[in-house]
Amino acid sequence: MIRVQNLVKTFGSFTAVNDVSFDVPAGEIFAFLGPNGAGKTTTIKMLTTLLRPTSGAISLDGLDPQTHQNEVRKRFGIVFQDPSLDGELSAEENMEIHGVLYHVPHKVRRQRTEEFLKLFELWERRKDQVKKFSGGMKRRLEIARGFLHTPRILFLDEPTLGLDPQSRNQLWTIVKKVNETERVTVFLTTHYMDEADRVAHRIGIIDHGKLITQGTPRQIKEQTDSETLEDAFLKLTGSTIRDESADPAAAMRQFAKMWSGGRR
Amino acid sequence: MSAIYILWLREVKRYTRSRAQIVASLGQPMLYLLVLGFGLGPVFKRAGNGDYFQFIAPGVIGMSVLFSSIFSGLGLLWDRQFGFLKETLVAPVSRLQIMTGRTLGGATVACIQGLLVMVICLLAGFRPHFSAIPLALGYMVLIALLFAALGMAIGSGLQDMQGFQLIMNFLVLPIYFLSGAMFPLSDTKNVLKYVTRADPLSYGIDGMRNVLGAPNAAFDPRLDFIVLVVVGVILLVFGAYRFSKIEA
Repeated sequence: MIRVQNLVKTFGSFTAVNDVSFDVPAGEIFAFLGPNGAGKTTTIKMLTTLLRPTSGAISLDGLDPQTHQNEVRKRFGIVFQDPSLDGELSAEENMEIHGVLYHVPHKVRRQRTEEFLKLFELWERRKDQVKKFSGGMKRRLEIARGFLHTPRILFLDEPTLGLDPQSRNQLWTIVKKVNETERVTVFLTTHYMDEADRVAHRIGIIDHGKLITQGTPRQIKEQTDSETLEDAFLKLTGSTIRDESADPAAAMRQFAKMWSGGRR
Repeated sequence: MSAIYILWLREVKRYTRSRAQIVASLGQPMLYLLVLGFGLGPVFKRAGNGDYFQFIAPGVIGMSVLFSSIFSGLGLLWDRQFGFLKETLVAPVSRLQIMTGRTLGGATVACIQGLLVMVICLLAGFRPHFSAIPLALGYMVLIALLFAALGMAIGSGLQDMQGFQLIMNFLVLPIYFLSGAMFPLSDTKNVLKYVTRADPLSYGIDGMRNVLGAPNAAFDPRLDFIVLVVVGVILLVFGAYRFSKIEA
């Protein structure tokens, strides 16, 4: 479903992603882990047509995101690290806009909106303005919206950041369920190792732009002789704290500006 | 097409839902209309220029259309801040459609705003050729599209609120004050004469004065129309270009 070969992305003299290759088969939940600034979000941006790779090849459902931009965009859903809802509109209206932008026929749109709002326990609040929602509800709505157009792949970039354990638990339970019922491939990033251990079929660990290892959670634990995935992660990536600028996205934009070919 | 429609609808919904903001945005035009209209009226009359209230009403309508349309374009900044912009940029629709929907939505809202101010003007004593109101609306639409596109072009490059203040003080207010909304353009001299003629809003307000039969119109209504259309098309193309260059 996702095939990445020798992917490289440089911003000026900084190499954000350095010769990364991996495969994610259809229906798999793949967790992409790494410390801050390791290259996770840059990789997701390249996979989702938002950033042009410096070199290397990407194929999503057999298509190149660069040459078949709109075809590829129809095939995936994405939940960004930061919220991307319209707070002035209701939950239902946010779903409606998404459905129209993704060319979902009217009938299917209504059907799936109801189905997913119910699944994510938002149906009762569908007429309320999103700005009145709690953090957890907003996240759930974003994920429900990501599923609306029946994507083949769902990208989740740190979807549980800042949520309480109950919300996190609920969110992953539903994602797992949809992964099974709709056979949707899930590509996620997270900093919570217990989540990755519980949810993911396979894991890839990236650091300093390089993919250090990939395998099932059990393989990675065995390989490093660790009890928990967290221990394994720390053994592989070291325990030094990574300094990141206050807003990595802004820093990336600055870099991207210097590199005009990367504009999208 | 449906993408354009849904984004247009979004702008209109957001506007009609913010009642407090609608009332607040009528305050400023009313202040200009009533304080300047009645305050400067007697001086204007003594100088032999006719009824100032009839003169300033189209100017105040033009002002509200200008503010409303340019701010709708700058609304991109908010969508960037609150993240909604990304949702549209990663969707399988062209940037041109997104830009078109947003611009039409912003222009529609600006025209509604302009009509509301016109109603206030009528209530306060503005007496135009009533049959010409549809024509005046045509000029409103042109002003609204032009400045919604300009707002979009600027909003595409704005990253934070600091830039917003700069644009307010060095672009939006000068466009308003130099447009002849408050003083007759026919008497301007030297630098002011050229600067006011370089301001597209001058032609929009002058066009409304022409068709509504307000005193002291300065140009030919056909010139007003042509300038608005030409500048409008240029700015729409420029806005679309700038919007296509936004990084998600």
